[in-house]
Amino acid sequence: MEFYLTALMIGICLSTMSLGIFITMKIFKIPDITTDGSYTLGAVVTALLLPWQLNPFLAIPITLIAGGVAGALTGIVHTKLKIDALLAGILVMTALYSINLSLLGRSNIPLINIKTIFSYFHPFNKEVYDGLMMATLIVTIIISLLAYLLKTDFGIAMRATGNSDSMTRALGINNDKMKIIGLAIANSLTAFSGYLVAQYQNFTDINMGIGIVITGLGSVLISSAIINWLGVANIWIQLLCVVIGCVIFQMVLAVTLSLGIDPNMLKLVTAIFVLLIVSLPKFLGRAAA
Amino acid sequence: MIALSNINKVFNKDKDNEVVAIKSLSLTINEGEYLTIVGSNGSGKSTLLNIISGAEMPTNGTITIEGTDVTKMPEYKRSKWIARVFQNPLSGTAPDLSIIDNFRLAALRTQSRGLTIGVNASFKKKVKDRIATLGMGLENKTEQPIGTLSGGQRQALTLLMGVMDETKILLLDEPTAALDPRSADIIMKTADVLIKEHNLTAILITHNLKYAHQYGNRLIQMSEGVITKSLDSQQKLALPLTDLFAWFI
Repeated sequence: MEFYLTALMIGICLSTMSLGIFITMKIFKIPDITTDGSYTLGAVVTALLLPWQLNPFLAIPITLIAGGVAGALTGIVHTKLKIDALLAGILVMTALYSINLSLLGRSNIPLINIKTIFSYFHPFNKEVYDGLMMATLIVTIIISLLAYLLKTDFGIAMRATGNSDSMTRALGINNDKMKIIGLAIANSLTAFSGYLVAQYQNFTDINMGIGIVITGLGSVLISSAIINWLGVANIWIQLLCVVIGCVIFQMVLAVTLSLGIDPNMLKLVTAIFVLLIVSLPKFLGRAAA
Repeated sequence: MIALSNINKVFNKDKDNEVVAIKSLSLTINEGEYLTIVGSNGSGKSTLLNIISGAEMPTNGTITIEGTDVTKMPEYKRSKWIARVFQNPLSGTAPDLSIIDNFRLAALRTQSRGLTIGVNASFKKKVKDRIATLGMGLENKTEQPIGTLSGGQRQALTLLMGVMDETKILLLDEPTAALDPRSADIIMKTADVLIKEHNLTAILITHNLKYAHQYGNRLIQMSEGVITKSLDSQQKLALPLTDLFAWFI
């Protein structure tokens, strides 16, 4: 039981990163893989700030800004230097590895015996449930803010940018600016996942972001399947589906591990799982046709 | 209203596949004029329209709109004067967004898009009333993604979207090329009504000589990047349709 609760917890912590991938992949149609770097950056910033007795809630805006700057950089490289989005993301991600390492000063920092975001409320008096409640609360706030943003006039312009760039240009929307802001928002959400996970696992590791973008992609693909299947039009529910997709993804990994698979094989299993999600609908479609 | 002076546009300059699309072209379009441009494929009509809208930058020459030099101004900034209808019905709307969201963006073409929710009851009513004037029965489908509509319906909505915000210039780049004859007639009539109603300066590119003859108060023909024939409103009125057909023989 504990095992699945842990998976649920990680799923919720990683869901803001998945929301970030949802924004880049589904709203802007940009394949952004700055994620691996900005996720670690969020955790690194957290590991640097919290030992100073800084209130963990005050660390939130700093984490978001750090991730936002990383995303904006990718956006600037992509739009202003006209470099392919995928390559722009790889460049910033690679650069971030060195930046993260020099900020961290060593390959990992433990976060033990310090106040984290999970040390404040204990309504259940049981660590697992208290943590789950806190993470759920925060993610709910984030989804609400994001859903509101996407319904505003600015949000409509954001959604249109990824949908029809000829139309948005003709309607006075600066597509480049929109993409830069979108990538900034997406990567600040990703950094926020790093912030949550670092505090949940009580350490920051320089390698914790490797391959995390695959987890986000997998979660978004699962959520798109749910969204298409149920025909969800409401943007609030769509965002909720992304969180559910992320939790399902972690659950499947948890089951895989419980079957006794070597943890070193986890990335391979993750990759194969994502491959299955991507290819299964095509195979099923062919069988039906 | 729009003044083009000595515009040249060369694609792939100094390469084997160099194309001179516009050759030292000067053209002044006055306020309230409805200019129709005809010409065979490759004559430079669309390039000319793209240079006015800012989708293409001229190789040299200057463009002014209402006295403002816009030669280097990007397309999205020129949109404060210009509304456009594209040849491809898919280009003028965002398919995954609802009709109402598309109209919301169109209503903010010249304004900033803030962090407030602008799609409220009064806005929805305003859009429904506008759409009802088309008589296509689309006023009850405003929450539907615009991509689920037919090309003709989307083109008609794009036209209406063009006048949701303050507009001075309407550019119509073969708006009926992808449509069936009935939808095409509706689009051309709607455009004519809107141009008169809002006193727009308009430019229409068309291969349909019947429309070129019927609509607009000035007519030019282009060929290989230059204006080969130019008729003012009186000459255009006096021109028999058969003579217009003869231009292309």
